[in-house]
Amino acid sequence: MNILAAESANPLLPPVGEIIVGLITFAILAFVVIKFVVPSFEKAFVARREAIEGGLERAEAAQAEAKAALEQYRAQLAEARGEAAQIRDAARAEGQQILEELRTQAQEESARIVARGEEQLTAQRQQIVHELRGQIGTLAVDLAGRVVGESLADDARRSGTVDRFLAELDGMAAPGDGRGAVAESNR
Amino acid sequence: MTSSASALGSVLAAEGSGGDGFHAPTIAEFYPEPIAEFSLLGVDFAITRITIISWIATAAILAFLVLASRKASIVPSRLQFLGESGYSLVRDGMARDVIGPKGLPFAPFLASLFFFILANNAMSIIPFAQISPMSKFALPLVLAVLVWILYNWVGIREQGAGKYFKDAAIPPGVPIGALILVTPIELLQVFVIRPFTLAVRLFANMFAGHMLLVVFSLGTVYLLQVGNFSMIFSPFAFAMALAMTFFEVLVIVLQAYVFTVLTATYLNGAVEPAH
Repeated sequence: MNILAAESANPLLPPVGEIIVGLITFAILAFVVIKFVVPSFEKAFVARREAIEGGLERAEAAQAEAKAALEQYRAQLAEARGEAAQIRDAARAEGQQILEELRTQAQEESARIVARGEEQLTAQRQQIVHELRGQIGTLAVDLAGRVVGESLADDARRSGTVDRFLAELDGMAAPGDGRGAVAESNR
Repeated sequence: MTSSASALGSVLAAEGSGGDGFHAPTIAEFYPEPIAEFSLLGVDFAITRITIISWIATAAILAFLVLASRKASIVPSRLQFLGESGYSLVRDGMARDVIGPKGLPFAPFLASLFFFILANNAMSIIPFAQISPMSKFALPLVLAVLVWILYNWVGIREQGAGKYFKDAAIPPGVPIGALILVTPIELLQVFVIRPFTLAVRLFANMFAGHMLLVVFSLGTVYLLQVGNFSMIFSPFAFAMALAMTFFEVLVIVLQAYVFTVLTATYLNGAVEPAH
């Protein structure tokens, strides 16, 4: 045992040198711990907390985004549907209009065709009546002449007789025919 | 007289005579021969085996902490987890829970204290070192004085010098008559007894622990070599040395913990006005 060092052997009175060395030793440790070790651990703690909270936040954000997108799609869909309905309505209305126009046009056309046909018919009839009137007169006179002979050669009487005969003929024909317009035009 | 009793007698006799008998460890145990001695600015420095042990302990705990925290990540490695557990014990268990909401800024200092004391204490059972630098009064004294400076400074900063010293001298809610007794006790308590007990508690625990281990270890060897019937007591001494070693493990951790918790308690009193 070392008795030499024990001369200052009051354990509660340490030499100043020992205190200084101890202080320096602790200071070095405290410096490294405070400057490097603790900040590094704290950073890991913060990162860990953020990884948990941030994960939740990110998930929430993604959910909100998805919801917003869905909302947007729905709105767009509704808009498109409305637009389609509008277009359909417009098309229907337009079709109706076109149909109406076409109908009117066709009616007009048919009316025109009918009118023209009637006109032609009237003209032909008039022509035929006119021709017939001349021919009937001649034929009748011829026939009568042949039947009666030369007794009816007197011009004046002959023409009066023919006219009367024709008038009678007209009067007979008119009720039988039933068409006033035709009978009218015959006069 | 049985032979064991005579052996005990010879042991006791050897104490005085300094002969071949049992050499009980003395205070000299803590004053090993200096490895290097020098004088700087009139202060004598003696680098002894214990100084070196203190450096090794500090370097080892620093290496551990730096390695554990160097690549601190979200998912900790085994080493990082170990370091984090130690730091969390101080940060959450002491800085946050004992000091309170204002406690977190003190966590780095408290962690430094805790790890420094733990590492130096641990040297008392590390083979070949087997003495704690904390069993010399210098180191606990340094730490206690640092703590004393810190909590007084924090108290003055947080509460103002007037209020801090007034609250320390005249605790609120004490009847005026009792102040004759209370004021000296309180002042003594806050400014003298606290740092003194803080240092002595740590020092004395490590000092006594080392002495016990040495007594039983030397006793084991001595009884084995004594050459008479007392040999049969050697295993008992050895068992006691073993038991004391386990006890020492408890003391190592407990004293580091107690020192740090008490520091946190004193800081709590400084941060918050007296209750």
